[in-house]
Amino acid sequence: MSWPIVLRNVTKRFGERTILDNISLSIPPGETVALIGPSGGGKSTLLRCLNGLNTFDAGDIEIGPHRLAPDARNSSDDLQTVRRSFGMIFQDFQLFPHMSVRENVVEAPTRVLGLPPKDADERATRLLQRVGMAAHADAYPQQLSGGQKQRVAIARALAMEPVGLLCDEITSALDPELKNEVLSVLEDLKRDGLTLILVTHEIGFARRAADRVVMLCDGKILEEGPPAQVLDQPKSERLGLFLRRVMA
Amino acid sequence: MDKLFTFLLATLFLAFSPTLCAQDKRPLKWGIDLAGGLPYFFGAPDNPDTYIGFEVDLIDALAKELRREINPENKAFDKLIQFVDRGDVDFAMNGLEITPDNLQNARFTRPYFIYRLQLVSRAKDARFTTLKECAEQGLKVGTLGGSAAVKVLKAHLEDSQIKPYEEQDQVFDDLSAKVVDAVLVDVPIALYYVVGDDHIEHRKKKYTGKFQMVGPSFAEGFYGIAIKKENDSLATELDGALGRVIESGKLKEILEKWHLWSPEQYRLYSPIRTAEASSGSLSFVDYFRLLLKGAGMTVFLSVAGMALAVALGLPIALARLYGPLPLRWLAIGYIEFFRGVPVLLLLYFLYFGLPSLVDIKLDAHVVAILGFGLNYAAYEAEIYRNGIQSIPIGQWEAGASLGMSPFLTFRRIIFPQSIRVILPPMTNDFIALFKDTSLVSVIAVIELTKQYQILTNSYDQHLAIGLTTAALYLVMSVPLGYLSRYLEQRWSKS
Repeated sequence: MSWPIVLRNVTKRFGERTILDNISLSIPPGETVALIGPSGGGKSTLLRCLNGLNTFDAGDIEIGPHRLAPDARNSSDDLQTVRRSFGMIFQDFQLFPHMSVRENVVEAPTRVLGLPPKDADERATRLLQRVGMAAHADAYPQQLSGGQKQRVAIARALAMEPVGLLCDEITSALDPELKNEVLSVLEDLKRDGLTLILVTHEIGFARRAADRVVMLCDGKILEEGPPAQVLDQPKSERLGLFLRRVMA
Repeated sequence: MDKLFTFLLATLFLAFSPTLCAQDKRPLKWGIDLAGGLPYFFGAPDNPDTYIGFEVDLIDALAKELRREINPENKAFDKLIQFVDRGDVDFAMNGLEITPDNLQNARFTRPYFIYRLQLVSRAKDARFTTLKECAEQGLKVGTLGGSAAVKVLKAHLEDSQIKPYEEQDQVFDDLSAKVVDAVLVDVPIALYYVVGDDHIEHRKKKYTGKFQMVGPSFAEGFYGIAIKKENDSLATELDGALGRVIESGKLKEILEKWHLWSPEQYRLYSPIRTAEASSGSLSFVDYFRLLLKGAGMTVFLSVAGMALAVALGLPIALARLYGPLPLRWLAIGYIEFFRGVPVLLLLYFLYFGLPSLVDIKLDAHVVAILGFGLNYAAYEAEIYRNGIQSIPIGQWEAGASLGMSPFLTFRRIIFPQSIRVILPPMTNDFIALFKDTSLVSVIAVIELTKQYQILTNSYDQHLAIGLTTAALYLVMSVPLGYLSRYLEQRWSKS
């Protein structure tokens, strides 16, 4: 299963403010896309529109065979299939605090996909090993460090066997030494052919891992292209300024 | 979590369980001798299948007060007490006297009639006016077997002079036929067999002019309702109902209708020292046992009322939070209404108002549970709402991002987390409800406070019984208070 993502003229307004202004973007399956740009530029909103956590006002989004329509005119079946196919990782982890690490991972596969508990358990063990958290399977979220929590969150998303992951500033809340443990997991997933769409301030990581960098500013795509082009030879003054500020 | 839902459903079901109501709604069996008891209970002359009499009227009034059907069961008069003791009938009422003998095998309600004995002779027989004269002349006296009159006769006469009968008609037939020289019966019977006044509608006309009452009536006693000794709850229920029939003037109305009223019957309005009351004070074990039963009812009402409130509160909170607009307004209306109305008014309305409005008669226990359940559901709904809203929106999004439906997310992710916020204030509410249950005494449910009231009405031991009652409340509510504080502390940490 490999689903391309196509956005056509997606526009979102919030009162007078235009958050997303006529965004068109096409992401082939397996690509890693880094969304960068100043705060309030629309990166997170764009990401959240992709799995229906935010609605939009005009345009449309195609995700494989599914089409997300403006406002909230989507059938909940469509929406839930899209959400199952693209896992979402949050800046503040949002693990379920009343469940152990293993229960966090097992919950959706058993309840949503109807996986038998034994299979879900095996899957959880495998995924927790993959993110290096197998030893903490019985711990509760509040006992873990930020980096560990984020790796569990990734395992939880992977347990639905998605075709891609939507990552919303997933290292922003982490100490520098913990960021790498999370980012290396992402690089590993990229090698597996997952589509990765990341909202990030990690320019170094974007340069190293992204196939494409998209710079969003004031709801518009200011520049896009391979990292070498966008990050090293920015065409616009605005992007150059932004990069100097972030790298400093 | 699934277990909690099942538990909520199960308790809701239990609270309305038909078995509970059925047990209380079962018609009461009234032990009575159908074979004749003018003016107590007898076949109507124009329609012998219908029974009339002043005790029939009294039973109707009691049934109305108790909201229970009462059906007569035919039992021999002189064995009525045994049938009560064996449990064949729930109670017996048939001109049964509250005498020390009868009190050995049954307990009695407060009296509903003050009777005296009347000596009756054949008309124009001037040989005697007292039992003493009968004794001196060796005359034979008939009476009803098993009645208190037998004992009075035995005190004055030789056994050979006493002739007990099973039926009233036989006694007077034999007096007429000179088998006996005199008859000693309760005044109401004498009235209907002897007096020739046509205002007395159902008097025995065939005996008119044949007999006369001689001498003053004497040997005052009391009619009461006999109940199995161990059946405290029915005794208190019947006592309460009888009290209301007396105080409302209904009893006077009935007795006047049957020409049995006299000013001395006003003594029924205040507690009378019958044989039982004169037996002195209650022992600690006796009143503690009764209070413990009351405490059991208090616990039952609190638990059932709270279960209903907890089960009802959740859908109300959900309707208020996530329902479509009309439903949301309905939920807000519910919460504001029931938080604004005193629960006492609600209990009054459900118990007294509903039957007159729509002819729905609810058992008092059902009213209590329903009243508290509906009232507290409003508070619990707000506690739920507060708890649910305390969970960050990110948890909803995390669930949604995993493809979980809103309902599944709520059930598995949101609600379990909100319980720690919900439980401490809910425990506090339970303690409040626990004490609020004392309000149901107004609708004749006998719980701890009502039991205290009943006991101190009959026995002058206010301090001892009051302290024991308070101790029972404290023994139950203080640990609950500690539990609530423990829950608060434990969950405010994590």
